[in-house]
Amino acid sequence: MREMRQLTAVQLGKKIKEREISVSEAVQAALLQIENVEKHVGSYVSIEEEAALEQARKIQQRIDKGELTGILAGVPMAVKDNMCTAGIRTTCSSKILENFIPTYTAEAVRNLENAGAVILGKTNMDEFAMGSTTETSAWGATRNPWNLEHVPGGSSGGSCAAVAAEECFYALGSDTGGSIRQPSAFCGVTGLKPTYGTVSRYGLIAYGSSLDQIGPVAKDVTDCAAILEEITSYDKKDSTSLKRKDRDFMSALKDDVKGMRIGIPKDYLGDGLEEEVKTAVLAAAKTLEEKGAEVEMFDLALVEYAIPAYYVIACAEASSNLARFDGVKYGYRAGEYEGLHDMYKKSRSQGFGPEVKRRIMLGSFVLSSGYYDAYYLKALRTKALIKQEFDKAFARYDVILGPAAPTTAPKIGSSLKEPLKMYLGDIYTVAVNLAGLPGITLPCGLDSKGLPIGLQLIGDCFQEKKIIQTAYAFEQTRERRSPYEERV
Amino acid sequence: MRKEYEMVIGLEVHVELATKTKIFCGCSTAFGGEPNTHTCPVCTGMPGSLPVLNKQVVEYAMAVGLAAGCSITRYCKFDRKNYFYPDNPQNYQISQLYLPICRDGKVEIETSSGKKTVGIHEIHMEEDAGKLIHDEWEDCSFVDYNRSGVPLIEIVSEPDMRSAEEVIAYLEKLRMMIQYLGASDCKLNEGSMRADVNLSVREAGTEQMGTRTEMKNLNSFKAITRAIEAEKNRQIDLLEEGKEVIQETRRWDDVKEYSYAMRSKEDAQDYRYFPEPDLVPVEISDEWIARIKAAQPELQPEKMERYQREYGLPQYDAEIITASKHLADIFEETAELCKKPKKVSNWLMGETMRLMKEKEMDAEELRFSPRHLAELIALTEDGSLSNTVAKEVFEKIFEEDIEPGSYVKEHGLNVVNDEGELRNAAAQVIKSNPKSVSDYRNGKEKAIGFLVGQTMKAMKGKANPGMVNKILKELLSQT
Repeated sequence: MREMRQLTAVQLGKKIKEREISVSEAVQAALLQIENVEKHVGSYVSIEEEAALEQARKIQQRIDKGELTGILAGVPMAVKDNMCTAGIRTTCSSKILENFIPTYTAEAVRNLENAGAVILGKTNMDEFAMGSTTETSAWGATRNPWNLEHVPGGSSGGSCAAVAAEECFYALGSDTGGSIRQPSAFCGVTGLKPTYGTVSRYGLIAYGSSLDQIGPVAKDVTDCAAILEEITSYDKKDSTSLKRKDRDFMSALKDDVKGMRIGIPKDYLGDGLEEEVKTAVLAAAKTLEEKGAEVEMFDLALVEYAIPAYYVIACAEASSNLARFDGVKYGYRAGEYEGLHDMYKKSRSQGFGPEVKRRIMLGSFVLSSGYYDAYYLKALRTKALIKQEFDKAFARYDVILGPAAPTTAPKIGSSLKEPLKMYLGDIYTVAVNLAGLPGITLPCGLDSKGLPIGLQLIGDCFQEKKIIQTAYAFEQTRERRSPYEERV
Repeated sequence: MRKEYEMVIGLEVHVELATKTKIFCGCSTAFGGEPNTHTCPVCTGMPGSLPVLNKQVVEYAMAVGLAAGCSITRYCKFDRKNYFYPDNPQNYQISQLYLPICRDGKVEIETSSGKKTVGIHEIHMEEDAGKLIHDEWEDCSFVDYNRSGVPLIEIVSEPDMRSAEEVIAYLEKLRMMIQYLGASDCKLNEGSMRADVNLSVREAGTEQMGTRTEMKNLNSFKAITRAIEAEKNRQIDLLEEGKEVIQETRRWDDVKEYSYAMRSKEDAQDYRYFPEPDLVPVEISDEWIARIKAAQPELQPEKMERYQREYGLPQYDAEIITASKHLADIFEETAELCKKPKKVSNWLMGETMRLMKEKEMDAEELRFSPRHLAELIALTEDGSLSNTVAKEVFEKIFEEDIEPGSYVKEHGLNVVNDEGELRNAAAQVIKSNPKSVSDYRNGKEKAIGFLVGQTMKAMKGKANPGMVNKILKELLSQT
């Protein structure tokens, strides 16, 4: 029999609903697992043990009274540390916010709280979501539960590692250039980045505002659909929030891809893609074809321009978004300084890590007078052209299929030395953010080192249901794997 | 000999809009208030907060733009202006650079040298910053974010003005227009209207523009006039000495009547403007513009015309009263209450103007209530107050907004209509002024004037002069 911690969120939610498991038992199971593996994995920045147990009692009462009837009521989960949580320290894994306790809660988290979620804690991430390995965290790296010498990916590495290590039943991540999909692939879990505007960004500490989107990290496609139903909301507090009527994402959980038109961009299978990843991804495509999908290769133009456009836009926005961290109002302030400018300089020099500084400088440069047109404006035009290319592709296909990343999880310590190479690892994910599209990654195999390989499915704007349906159908052909299989 | 010079002046005018809430959050815009009480995560730049545009700001900006004949940008956007300063909680200001809401307008002004048009280059919307309070004693600074996020429009003129007089005429015209629209109270002393002056000089008759400076911290029309004159002379002196004017921002000190350089063009900041990603573009439809036009209140020219037509005021009076929306409001409310528009106009044109001049006040600073002026007019009309006493009482209304009825009662200022009392006083006056009495009796009818005056004086002005006259004549005809 599977242990409680191995259940998916929806499975657990059903058992809680049927009084087979109490909310407190579920929380205790997660806390026990945290106690057992956290010292090795390091998924969390803050663990809210007491608050979670207290919350469990309250949620149980509300379930017992019939006030909470949702499928996720009572299910313990974790939140990436860039989403504000009232009363819980929110650091973005940065020294500059080491003691920041918000007075308000991010809308997406609030939606889950309203659905009866129990927050176990806040998960580690690359500092301000800048990185692909969770190594740039000021609180130290998170390790990949499948192999502790490898990174979990990033920037939502903590959320993905926590789900993979069964330290929570699901988690929220955020995705600016692949930060949900890439670590989900590396950790062998399922992560979904919704269409831009689907989930409110209120309370999400911004990295690249025009690209950031919150999404679920879970054990399977069903959980992702269930979580997405809860966090999708029109929020007046976020001007970029959209009114969506098609929130019944679980209705797309159908094991049926007959006639589904799937396109594979040839450029997603080119240089730099590891052979084992390519094989697994093409095998997945074959499986879908066998189930009745129409699969073909096509030319998606401008693939090589996505990375430069992404880094210009994201860094430009970040350089401005991160200006507020100045030591004046909250967060870290240097101990000794002479005058205002010295205070700014020292607080920011000491408070930010090297990757964040690199991106702030890059972003400030591309926005500065004389360079704006050559870099920022050109990047915006590229973004528009990339969107057009996807529009053309989606006129022919329902879903675009490809790898989530060129490789499986690299070893800890091997990426940050070569930031440009690390940036190139985002090649299959960043275009989705530039075009505002939804994308999902789910496991499609293990490589020879035993590390998970991720399959990415991309949909047109508002077509989450198509990628959920395709992913679900593929998922039915495989057994769910856990890094702790042998020990179970 | 000095050459002939002419000034070229353009203005950047910031106006705080009269919305109840801030431009990007629901906090109150009320002036005053304990520091940091009108604040929330949005206007204090807390992480994860997001701006949401207040539609009323767009409507006020559109109304001002339409009144100034601007074209409205149908697809307008906000941009971020990046700079570090503690009064600016996000360290960027949300403003408009690339697609401002209004462009290409004009304002007609009139000065002693005639009529003239001043072009409006653009009007854009932006947020105000907080306020720094420096504690010199403790050598530290505090920030109050109550003003952070208060909506502003910046009205940028073309460099069309040539004298301080034209600048003041332009500002007065703008202020009047905006006050009539109800878009702002435009108080220079409270900072709800702020003007930065861009000024250069050139030899008269030349086309080439000289190097300009920008003058800040101008808190009154008088300060603006003084600063313009001083800056003109400073620039001319430099040129006469063969030196160059440096392009820089200068701060005016109105006490010392001197300006000093704040920053030069070389250390001008690069604001790294880029489109604000947290806000969606504002799309303005024909219907929306039509709605704003339809809702436009009566502006000064129409009001002036109506005052002449409806209330029969002379053009001169109508013009003076409507020059200030506030004064016009006082006029209309008072006239509505007492139904005597001409009397109201007389009080405003006469005593009110006299006192304003004496106290060096602006019409905007008038604080008396129309109800009290209406009551005063009623008291004079029914003969219970003499004109002399009424003027005294008005001064009290003007200064302290007292309630005239009870004030008159408390101070016993009512006109005495008691015949017995008047008769006694008159008899006393006749007794003490035998010379005038005999003059009158000998046919010098004018002598009665002196006797009326004496009786009024004895009654401390509170007597009804008609009655006094009648009683005196009666007593004098008796022997």
